[in-house]
Amino acid sequence: MTEENINPRLGIVVSGSVDKGTEVRLDSSASVEDMVVGRYVTIEGRQRRFFGMITDISLGVTDSELTVAPPREVDSFLSEVLSGTATYATLHVLPMLTMGIEGSEPVKTVPSHFSTVNLASDTDMELIFGEEDETRFNVGNPLDMETKLCLDLPEFVKRSNGIFGKSGTGKTFLTRILLIGMLQKSKAVNLIFDMHNEYGWEGSTEEGQRKVKALKQLFPDQVAVFTLDEENSRRRGVSTDFVVRIGYDEIEPEDIVLLRQTLNLTEPAVEAVYQLHRRFRGEWIERTLALQDSDEIPEGLNIHESTLKNLQRGLQTIRRLPFIQPHVPTNAVRTMLEYLDRGMNIVLEFGRYRDITAYMLVANMLARRIYAQYQERMERAMGEGLAQPNPLVITIEEAHKFLNREVASQAIFGTIAREMRKYNVSLLVIDQRPSGIDEEVMSQMGTKITCLLDNERDIDSVLAGVAGKNELKSVLSRLAPKRQALIFGHAVPMPVAFQPLEYGSAESYKRFMPAGDTGQRAQKDIEELWN
Amino acid sequence: MTESTERVGEVIEASTTQFVAECYELYQPPPLGSLVQVGDAGEELLGVVYYATTASLEPGRRPIARGKDEASEEAVYQASPQLEKLLRSEFSALVVGHAEGGKLLQYLPARPARIHSFVYRCPPESVRDFSTSFDFLSLLLSTALPVSVEELVAATLRQMSEAHEDSRVFLVGAGKELATLLSGEYGRLRAILERIVPPK
Ligand SMILES: Nc1ncnc2c1ncn2[C@@H]1O[C@H](COP(=O)(O)OP(=O)(O)O)[C@@H](O)[C@H]1O
Ligand SMILES: [Mg+2]
Repeated sequence: MTEENINPRLGIVVSGSVDKGTEVRLDSSASVEDMVVGRYVTIEGRQRRFFGMITDISLGVTDSELTVAPPREVDSFLSEVLSGTATYATLHVLPMLTMGIEGSEPVKTVPSHFSTVNLASDTDMELIFGEEDETRFNVGNPLDMETKLCLDLPEFVKRSNGIFGKSGTGKTFLTRILLIGMLQKSKAVNLIFDMHNEYGWEGSTEEGQRKVKALKQLFPDQVAVFTLDEENSRRRGVSTDFVVRIGYDEIEPEDIVLLRQTLNLTEPAVEAVYQLHRRFRGEWIERTLALQDSDEIPEGLNIHESTLKNLQRGLQTIRRLPFIQPHVPTNAVRTMLEYLDRGMNIVLEFGRYRDITAYMLVANMLARRIYAQYQERMERAMGEGLAQPNPLVITIEEAHKFLNREVASQAIFGTIAREMRKYNVSLLVIDQRPSGIDEEVMSQMGTKITCLLDNERDIDSVLAGVAGKNELKSVLSRLAPKRQALIFGHAVPMPVAFQPLEYGSAESYKRFMPAGDTGQRAQKDIEELWN
Repeated sequence: MTESTERVGEVIEASTTQFVAECYELYQPPPLGSLVQVGDAGEELLGVVYYATTASLEPGRRPIARGKDEASEEAVYQASPQLEKLLRSEFSALVVGHAEGGKLLQYLPARPARIHSFVYRCPPESVRDFSTSFDFLSLLLSTALPVSVEELVAATLRQMSEAHEDSRVFLVGAGKELATLLSGEYGRLRAILERIVPPK
């Protein structure tokens, strides 16, 4: 072992509990200013080795007198003597794993008194976060470490997952990285409802200068871009595969009910939707909009004039969306399923139609129908021993609009989140306001990745139910405003704060390509891509 | 015992925790806080000088003022040479350790010193050896003495630091030990530390 490989000793355990973690007295030789919240340490207990995270650092004095009459000069003899003795630093360390012969497991005890605490080395970290392989994908590095943080993606996609963080913290960039990983290593296909046109074809960085490539440019054979706004896509030079149109006749009452809030519909108006649909069937939207006043409301329907007006205003908003048309030749859902069955990943661009009404309407409609298909096929597959459809991960943004307490019980996304992949479909939700998401849905998420959040309620909702919540809170609130995140849950053995890989430079694209993929043609394509 | 070892007096009173010695030379007690030893090499007792006096030989008889008509203090002694015989200097040392079979131990010996034992000042190398451990500090700190314990501890450490090549390192180490021993007694700690600030 060389000099650098020797673990720097930090101190010893002086007290602790399973619940609250351990207090570590910092050696006077270690500088308190070198300690950072979020760093990993190992604790050499008598019988086992613990792995934990520094979650707080505090200064203490043995005698409160000291704070009243402190030494006059900072670097005087007096302060040199006092530091580490009468004045000392303690680290609060949250033990997270114990390392046994059969690998790591969650902590159920505390290290004994005076166990030595060391900074975790890269080798230690590798033991826990693993190396890249067939299924493990490198998403970044634990903060201040060289070690790779690798996620087991087939495990990851078994549950619904969430990416959180306030605006501009790196959610989109992180999602791109995860999507690239998933399409290489998860054996699942992705359907991405791409509200801001960022995932299929190049979007721009926040500063608006550098363009960053997206999935289809990097993996043209595996990714198809569908668009709702052909003209916009064409102008941006996107090579699209399919233009999605939705017919009036395809819109069902459930699709409208979910838009109740965004369309400002009253309770009776929602009631009326069902009645009108029962009466007019596929033509219900056109026929409803054609009604001049309450006199024209067909016999037997109990709808007030004001209710009708309210509903009509809402339906007008929908009808104004250019991709909604009276009649549509090709069914978007069927086309999507064909692509997904072939193992193609679909990015659906919204073009200029970025308002939440359009986004929710389309995402809900398509997801509901696709999910129904999956459900049917899974049931058949199980009953008749047929092949199951490819596991599907649906990515949605502004998730709190779909998954808030009022609609989560009715909306398709709530069902998917709750059913935990019963029908081979899971979600990847991206949101900047997680407190708006239904608690039950949040609790069903397997893995959560969160960038910086500053609203107390958002932080609470993301960390609800996690062991060491208060400690993680302090780690979370200290993340850098960009490109740093905390991940915890199913896909990682313990929570870890990390820096996502850099995304957007030529080298970054190269790194994301599968290792074996250096064939002549691929190489040439890649070269063109970043020249 | 080396040649350079300086004999400074003779034990005239002894107990488990301390001994009193009479100086061979008037006004020549070892400095406050210095380390002295009595007894045979390898089995010696070690003490820290904590107190010294000079007084009339005969108890109860105080010297009288004699210098009114003399030009200088020196002249007083020259005029009355018998004075040197009527006065004596004594010093007291607190036992801080002893040797057993040549091994230095920083706790009280089984028996006190013998009367008429010779008292030597420890040479720098013994001081250095002794002060590699700070266990004696707790002995010093826990004793009730006619001088302030803080003064004595500070004087002792200053004396000892002279035997060390890097006196600052020594004093910082000693200071840290004190900080632990006096946790919760910052006032006392500070009183000592302020008296041992090493020269820059
Ligand atoms: N992994 C990353 N690599 C490079 N730059 C990043 C990364 N993550 C975030 N950034 C920077 O932060 C900015 C905001 O990230 P973005 O993903 O758009 O935030 P959000 O989606 O949370 O609003 C980006 O424009 C980029 O400059
Ligand atoms: Mg974004």
